[in-house]
Amino acid sequence: MNKQLKLIVEAFLFTADRPISVQDIHGWLPEETLSEIRKALEELRGEYDSMERSFALKEVASGYQFRTHSKYAPYVLRMLKTSPTRLSRAALETLAIVAYKQPVLRQEIERLRAVDVGGILKTLLEKDLIRIMGRKTFPGRPLIYGTTRKFLEVFDLKNLESLPKLKEIEGFGSDEGQSAQSLGERQQLVEIKGEEETASDEKETSEGNDHAPPSLR
Amino acid sequence: MDYEVKLEIFEGPLDLLLHLINKNEVDIFDIPIATITDQYLEYLDVMKSLNINVAGDFLVMASTLIHIKSKMLLPELKDEEEEDPREEITRPLLEYMLFREIAGELSEREVLDRDVFARKMSDYLQTQIEHEEPLMDVNLFQLMDAFKRIVDQRLPGVQLKLQIAKWSVKEKTELIISILRQKRDIFFSELFSEDRTISEFIVTFLALLEVIHIGLVKIFQPISEGEIRLLAYFDEDEG
Repeated sequence: MNKQLKLIVEAFLFTADRPISVQDIHGWLPEETLSEIRKALEELRGEYDSMERSFALKEVASGYQFRTHSKYAPYVLRMLKTSPTRLSRAALETLAIVAYKQPVLRQEIERLRAVDVGGILKTLLEKDLIRIMGRKTFPGRPLIYGTTRKFLEVFDLKNLESLPKLKEIEGFGSDEGQSAQSLGERQQLVEIKGEEETASDEKETSEGNDHAPPSLR
Repeated sequence: MDYEVKLEIFEGPLDLLLHLINKNEVDIFDIPIATITDQYLEYLDVMKSLNINVAGDFLVMASTLIHIKSKMLLPELKDEEEEDPREEITRPLLEYMLFREIAGELSEREVLDRDVFARKMSDYLQTQIEHEEPLMDVNLFQLMDAFKRIVDQRLPGVQLKLQIAKWSVKEKTELIISILRQKRDIFFSELFSEDRTISEFIVTFLALLEVIHIGLVKIFQPISEGEIRLLAYFDEDEG
């Protein structure tokens, strides 16, 4: 039975065009427990690793997906006759800010980059790497931005928590005057959050902020 | 001042400042503000002389630098609480460096469709999910024409005048999103099927413009002059 389950799961993975999660599989095989399914996935992953194939079973965007190893990229690109995914440095920086600061306003991104980001946000929206999470209720009703599941898929991330941790900024934060100021800023942030129109994912929000050192808030 | 300005394309004022700090090999926590300001302004002059349009963002930073420089010239008040005027640029620079580094780290990851590849949706499935016919984008004027046709058809003889609406745009926006969440894809006229009064038509139309504007909906029209269609542009669990 176990072997059977593993092969059914493999068939799902082979056919799927997106990462599939333990929950997805449970939905198609309600008679199997989540832990059995997880075990089957892990066994499959180990088997493919030990077989030294050109691809591996990877955990991305809260799911599992077969992906080729990077050393075959030049060959696969020949077959696909496409140019690889390319993002400008400006776009990557903007994306990094959205990822760590979400839910975030354009105004905050522009404060951090000191340049207009309207065009870049549009590009990132078109590429489906960021999404509009809602609007603030204060005048101007600015849009709130966050990252998408596609962002996790493209950058090989299991979830938002697996983003690289932010380093503490050296030199700041120890100064007393400084921490008083950042506390003031934090209170302001809380006030703004209270006015938020959308019920944004609280879990995501709080965990996203955990990455930020106090001096960054 | 005699120094060589090498023209590089900088993404913004912070990029340029970091470049100057690195070039002068100075400590970011102790920026020689006069030198850096002079070099910064000189760089802007070069950009201007080369007829490069200097973006407003660069000018804002220039005025910040000059402001800090003037503050530094004032006799120092022996107040421990007084913060270093240079912090006004040091903090943003440090934050910027942090995100620049993260951007680099993101780029070094195994990026899908650059370094690693996964199964693609087959062309057959894609056309089924999208459309049988090639689609073209619809512009605002075509959308307004379509709206006018529907109003003429459904409420003949009524003049298009804005009245106080019983429905709010927000309510209609939510309605459109909930319809699209279920159906994913509807005809333009379906949007108005429940509407009875001219003000309701108008509010629905305004709500449509809103959801298009914030990118939750795409509008398309089959090339062979069919009716305009709306496609949901969000996942079922989002929006």
